[in-house]
Amino acid sequence: MFEGVAGGSTAGSTDQNEPGSARPRVLVVDDDAALAEMLSIVLRNEGFEPFWCAYGDKALASFRENHPDLVLLDVMLPGREGVDVCRDIRAESGVPIVMLTAKTDTVDVVAGLEAGADDYVSKPFKAKELVARIRTRLRRLPTAVEEGEADTLSVGDLTISVDGHSVKRDGTQIALTPLEFDLLLALARRPWQVFSREVLLEQVWGYRHAADTRLVNVHVQRLRSKIERDPEHPEIVVTVRGIGYKAGEPVRA
Amino acid sequence: MPAGLGSVGETLQGGPGTQLAGRLRAVARRGWWRSPLGLWSRSLPLRVTSTVFLASVVVLVLGGLLLMQQATSGVLNGKRESAANEARQAVNTAQAQLNATDLSGEVNVDKLLYDLAYGFAGRSGGSEQYQVIILARGQTITAGSATSDSIPTALRAQVDAGSSDLLITPTQVFYDDGRPPVAGLAAGSGLTLPGTGRYAIYLVFPLTQEVSTLAVLQTAVVSTGAVLVLMLTLIAALVARQVVTPVREAARAAENLASGNLHDRMRVRGQDDVALLATSMNNMAAEMEKQITTLSELSQVQQRFVSDVSHELRTPLTTVRMAAEVLHDARDDFDPIAARSAELLQTELDRFELLLNDLLEISRFDAGAATLTPVRTDLRSIVERVVDAQEPLARAYAVRVGIHAEGDTTAEVDVRRIERILRNLMTNAIEHSEGRPVDVLLAGDEEAVAVAVRDHGVGFEASQAKQVFLRFWRADPARARTVGGTGLGLAISMEDANLHGGWLTAWGRPGLGAQFRLTVPRQAGGVLQTSPLPMAPRDLPLVPVPVLEDEEPVEDQVPLDGPSSVGALAGTGWQPGRGPS
Repeated sequence: MFEGVAGGSTAGSTDQNEPGSARPRVLVVDDDAALAEMLSIVLRNEGFEPFWCAYGDKALASFRENHPDLVLLDVMLPGREGVDVCRDIRAESGVPIVMLTAKTDTVDVVAGLEAGADDYVSKPFKAKELVARIRTRLRRLPTAVEEGEADTLSVGDLTISVDGHSVKRDGTQIALTPLEFDLLLALARRPWQVFSREVLLEQVWGYRHAADTRLVNVHVQRLRSKIERDPEHPEIVVTVRGIGYKAGEPVRA
Repeated sequence: MPAGLGSVGETLQGGPGTQLAGRLRAVARRGWWRSPLGLWSRSLPLRVTSTVFLASVVVLVLGGLLLMQQATSGVLNGKRESAANEARQAVNTAQAQLNATDLSGEVNVDKLLYDLAYGFAGRSGGSEQYQVIILARGQTITAGSATSDSIPTALRAQVDAGSSDLLITPTQVFYDDGRPPVAGLAAGSGLTLPGTGRYAIYLVFPLTQEVSTLAVLQTAVVSTGAVLVLMLTLIAALVARQVVTPVREAARAAENLASGNLHDRMRVRGQDDVALLATSMNNMAAEMEKQITTLSELSQVQQRFVSDVSHELRTPLTTVRMAAEVLHDARDDFDPIAARSAELLQTELDRFELLLNDLLEISRFDAGAATLTPVRTDLRSIVERVVDAQEPLARAYAVRVGIHAEGDTTAEVDVRRIERILRNLMTNAIEHSEGRPVDVLLAGDEEAVAVAVRDHGVGFEASQAKQVFLRFWRADPARARTVGGTGLGLAISMEDANLHGGWLTAWGRPGLGAQFRLTVPRQAGGVLQTSPLPMAPRDLPLVPVPVLEDEEPVEDQVPLDGPSSVGALAGTGWQPGRGPS
């Protein structure tokens, strides 16, 4: 299991996204040299620090070595499938992963998301689109102070420390990826509100227009498997049939 | 006819076969009671059983009648003969007795005849084999309970006329003690008493015994006949079932094959014709399975190819596109020629990408890999979304777009596909509207929802209504391309409509504009019969042109079929679902 709870790449540089700090490091895993080089040019131009790995079976080693803040991962890779690489990385880190997919087929996209990818971009994408996706994933939700609210929120029997990016149940910390934390936080901040998938897509993923609602479905499932006592009967992220999701009632001990 | 009824009952309650059940549901829907002939023509066992039943009834009735006739005449002839013998003997005895009578003294003729009659009657015994009636000079002497009415008048007349032969004739025997009359034989003859004259003597033989014998026989014949008919019908039903069951099984197997269960086989039992049928069916199934597997493998290869092409083309396209973007962003630093080139590179890449997407979409349809994910949606919301999205284009062409909806316009549709169709139709309409308004009409009825996009632009020849859906088809090759569609838009729209089981039709006239109409069934998987909107626009000016005349009436009459009407409709009779694809 990865130790970074939220925003925690193992690089240990938690404040990389702050203005004026070091350039965010992006690991590009793609076997196409031309595309990788082009991506590097664009990313460098946009203020990122790119690294390149061309082989699926070397991606994990490269990940450990470079401590990226975000991974761009091609689906079709020599050596090891992108989906498997995604699972490998997820097993030890919550670092944001954006899949680069040439396939819009349902199966591939869902397989990638279920393996732990936070988001995906379909080829051929525009540079601006990709950069927007990367920035959204590196962005943090407003802190408690910015929102003018308490630092601690309760959902069900969970306690969320907004600025500490941690989720605890009975004092035991539950490890969430930054995306999962953002998703939970978005719901927890407005427990009275039912969020449609489209609203969540905008708030958590930064999509202004209707996008793939499977992103929401898959990540709600992943989140539930970590925070629910019984994922079959969720009490924290509750489904509202025909509308979307809402946070469960806080349980006062 | 219990067997026949049983067969009908079985047919009505549905056999094990789903296909049969389906057929029965169809029958029930039409009301089998309203079309018993339909049931008759559909059920072979019913037909065989009823035919056998009717035929055996006819044969057994005829046979029974013949048998009864033979038996009756045999019994009657025997009786007649014995009666004649007995009567002759009796008459002779009586005559002899009379002849021997001593007439010298005072003779009481009446008493003599009385004695004679009772003598006979006594001889005939308690069995009442016959009864004697003697008619003498106006008085009737009867021994026994038969009345003189039992003697037919014809016989009486013949005897009175002086016939000396013994006459015998069938009659009805009436009794004076209240017994019901029975059939019988009457024998008559004349007796001469020397000196006193002639008397008529009649012997009446009741056929009580014979009648009851024949009655027993008749009962036996009828009951045997009934049992035989029953058995024959039952056997016929069984045989018919035996023959039909494997046929139905074969039909079911064929149905199963048709619905894609390629592994389904018939059971082969024995070596008879039915087994041969089963073997042939199985061989056919195996052959079909092989062919279909080959085809589906080919299709998988094709899909795989499409997927590979997708990946292989998309990756370099991504690189080129990003490179073009970098160049485009930096074009201010270039000299004018290079700057313009960067712009062209950028815009043409957009087109290239559109074309690639459309090509992949079409290949997906061709590979049969396109699937429908229907969701209940109000088509009006899709129309509004599309119209909103086309707002910049409409403004660029100075076109006003109006939406006119009536009725319930919700249907189970694949939103992405319907949106794509409508986007295509809208772009086309705006592009060809020449600045005149574009109208989007929505309407729904019980079964279907239709959207029509009407423009008042250049229009097209009626004969081109079919061709507009062809891939890469251009209305006028000489005309410059303005918006730069891929040329696949309408072909993809047609495929999308077909995937819904819907229709996409085009109507156009030069100078009168065009109308494209999409009709989709309200329920996913529904079958369209008519469209809530007419194919030709309602707002046509009333021009006395013959072309317009044959349009309005024919439109709703040939929504489904009739390639022959295509000529008359001159393009408007385009066949949905039988697209040129």
